[in-house]
Amino acid sequence: MQFISYLINGLGLGSVYAIIALGYTMVYGIAKMLNFAHGDVIMIGAYIAFFAIMNFGLPLIPAVLLAILACTVLGVVIERLAYKPLRQAPSLAVLITAIGVSYFLQNGAQLLWSSSTKVFPAVLPSGSLQIGDLSVSWLTLITIIVCVLVMAVLTLFISRTKTGRAMRACSEDKGAATLMGINVNFIISVTFAIGSGLAAIASVLLCSTYPSVYPTLGSMPGIKAFTAAVFGGIGSIPGAFLGGLLLGIIEILAKAYISTQLSDAIVFAVLIIVLLIKPTGLLGRKLSEKV
Amino acid sequence: MTKDKKGLSALFSAKYRGRTASYTLVILAYIILEVMRASGNLSSLFTSLLVPVTCYIVAAIGLNLNVGISGELNLGQAGFMSIGAFTGICVSGRLAASVPAVPRLILAMIAGALLASLFGFIIGVPVLKLQGDYLAIVTLAFGQIIKSLITNMYLGFDENGFQFSFVENTCKLVPGGKMLLNGPMGATGTQRIATFTVGVILVLVALVIVYNLMYSKSGRAIMAARDNRIAAELIGINISATKMLAFVVSAGLAGAAGAMYGLNYSTLVPNKYDFNTSILILVYVVLGGLGNMTGTIISTVVLVLLPELLRSLQDYRMLIYAIVLIVIMLLTNNEWVRTRIKLLQKSLSGGRKASAGKEDGKEAA
Amino acid sequence: MAERTPVLEVRGLGIDFGGLTAVNDLNMEVYPEEIAGLIGPNGAGKTTVFNMLTKVYQPTRGQIIFCGEDLAKKSVVETNKAGIARTFQNIRLFSNLSVLDNVKTGFHNSITYSPFAAVLRLPSYYKQEKELDEKARDLLKILELSDQADVIAGNLPYGAQRRLEIARALATGPKLLLLDEPAAGMNPQETEELMKMIRFVRDHFKIAVLLIEHDMKLVMGICERITVLNYGMMLAQGLPEEIQANPAVIKAYLGE
Repeated sequence: MQFISYLINGLGLGSVYAIIALGYTMVYGIAKMLNFAHGDVIMIGAYIAFFAIMNFGLPLIPAVLLAILACTVLGVVIERLAYKPLRQAPSLAVLITAIGVSYFLQNGAQLLWSSSTKVFPAVLPSGSLQIGDLSVSWLTLITIIVCVLVMAVLTLFISRTKTGRAMRACSEDKGAATLMGINVNFIISVTFAIGSGLAAIASVLLCSTYPSVYPTLGSMPGIKAFTAAVFGGIGSIPGAFLGGLLLGIIEILAKAYISTQLSDAIVFAVLIIVLLIKPTGLLGRKLSEKV
Repeated sequence: MTKDKKGLSALFSAKYRGRTASYTLVILAYIILEVMRASGNLSSLFTSLLVPVTCYIVAAIGLNLNVGISGELNLGQAGFMSIGAFTGICVSGRLAASVPAVPRLILAMIAGALLASLFGFIIGVPVLKLQGDYLAIVTLAFGQIIKSLITNMYLGFDENGFQFSFVENTCKLVPGGKMLLNGPMGATGTQRIATFTVGVILVLVALVIVYNLMYSKSGRAIMAARDNRIAAELIGINISATKMLAFVVSAGLAGAAGAMYGLNYSTLVPNKYDFNTSILILVYVVLGGLGNMTGTIISTVVLVLLPELLRSLQDYRMLIYAIVLIVIMLLTNNEWVRTRIKLLQKSLSGGRKASAGKEDGKEAA
Repeated sequence: MAERTPVLEVRGLGIDFGGLTAVNDLNMEVYPEEIAGLIGPNGAGKTTVFNMLTKVYQPTRGQIIFCGEDLAKKSVVETNKAGIARTFQNIRLFSNLSVLDNVKTGFHNSITYSPFAAVLRLPSYYKQEKELDEKARDLLKILELSDQADVIAGNLPYGAQRRLEIARALATGPKLLLLDEPAAGMNPQETEELMKMIRFVRDHFKIAVLLIEHDMKLVMGICERITVLNYGMMLAQGLPEEIQANPAVIKAYLGE
């Protein structure tokens, strides 16, 4: 019974990683870049939601919507200003720029809102659901449900809509997509918008679980979610979902059964082992070069 | 004309120009800084930065061999520095009573370099089977693991020898004993034996190693594997062994740099070497230019000093640092800006170009 | 022909990709110091054969016997060490290295000094690097690239890049040189010079050459024996005159 409750907690944490990982994986799939500033978009989302609730007294849903809107705009602006001019540049240059953006967001937040930790209000229902011996907190349950919903909507969007099809085309071959009349710049903007919007959702879930808001709050979840995306096969949406959930479960189980202090080491060791067995992640496509 | 370059002129041939520039820069900077320090013209802030700068330069030179010359993104250089640092501190702590400072520092750096190289080799076996971003993420994971492991290590030393424990501190030392590693607190009460002179020598040694490797069989193979993996393999180059060499040397240099760094402070926490430090070193390398060692030296110096120079701006300094970083990347990599710069250079050097072409003897081609 | 032992002997060679058979039941041989041709319409599987001969692809069936040795268990690197070198249809140079350094990389396995000797600049380093420099420049002279020795390979004109690939392959000291469309993108005059060069290389190094080519003038001009592939199967084999007169070959090239 204990094990099942750990498993469910793992799924809860994993759901947050999965939602963040979707942002990494979509951007990677389409823009072929590692967006290291993604974690900091989560941080901005957390601050927006915090102020919307605490300072403007907004209820939960409008506050989340406001955070999503703010992050979406932020994501698109970052892409336009910092990444778009570097479309043709080597990937390392884009990576360093993303790191610059990450520093910018962290230090900007510190200037605007100070580095002291703010306590995120308990806006999601507390308490837990009792099923026999098993007790599952509402928060965990809501997190898992939100993640499944996000995944379902995203899958429908990608497979059924015109924009979704265009996104898939761009991830296959940008040149060919352009020749088919797809506006690649627009698609990249949409991708950043969706990824950043998801980051806002993740921020509220994350801060409801760990209720502190500070300028570097996005770094560690960002790295973990990035790991999750690679774990599942970067560029693959189901991969990010699976990778996120597995990473959450591994982390919680490692904390419960092995050692709290060593849980990070274990998570990353598992990642290395998985990549050795499947060099492109769990659901990633095999890369091969034509000779 | 270019065939039989001998003596002095060879130093300035196209191939060795970079090498000569690196050595000259380091030696000149050393002389100038030492003179300034002796005459009291160097502020205490700058004096305190001298050793750390040399450490970062060495780690960055190593990383440039890995990222620039070998072409593999490494996001875990801080992990190797960390191994070197704590190895160095332990070696120095153990030998504190018996070996004088300078030889002890050198022994500590050698130990740090060897252990970091060994870890480089161990991690390299699996890592180098992967390619591109997957390789990068494994180095990132490795850096995190190292940080996490060292944070949980306890190593004590007393007259009965070493005591080691993991996760929980169970070391029971007799009076007069000393904790060398203390979990999340890291190393405390370290004797500060690092000196700028040894730091500069370390930079020169790093340059000699990297340049001599570059202009040899190994260096050509490393660059060949970077430029075209398949073609390199088909002319009989063992890609894994080649990449491994670059990876291990890079790790070893980071280890030596780490040992020097660790012995420059009385306290060092394992968290010092986190992902951000790896990224910082990567930024030095990329801004300095991939494969360009002189550029790496300059960019490391500038970027270590920049936050300090911006100190008067107080809270805004890291924000400005971030903006400078983004703007430099945009300026140096944007197609539009690049073509403008090229045009400008052309119009500026229009007159000189004809004679320069003759010197190179390329006109006939 | 029975009195000569072939340098390369291919028996029942075949490869499948997934369910698709790309090459099937190929038998051919290449004799010492001969220039042989491998031709066929687009998509016939010619480059796939080269990829199997150099072990870039592991054949599904059949044997590759090179100098009496089965290559089945050999890696790409070992195959090159055994004496097979090649060039590529889509040029694969080390484009950031100089022309001279490209050729020097080809000598990789004939240099014996260790990385330590290189770092410490021991006498073995200087001695071998000096010899290497001479050998590399000799090769450049043969391929008429001496003037461009210090040019970055990526900046060479197209024809020179193809010649540099040949120089680099020769540097590995092969017994069999595989040329994948060496004349692609060359004008008739350049092709003519290339033909002379290939003959010279064969005579000078006493090696066998197997080449894939679409330029029939070149193929018929220098190949002493030709194998024709179509849809991954061997269609014909023989002397240039026989191939030119073969109705099946004509049909494969011109259609019905």
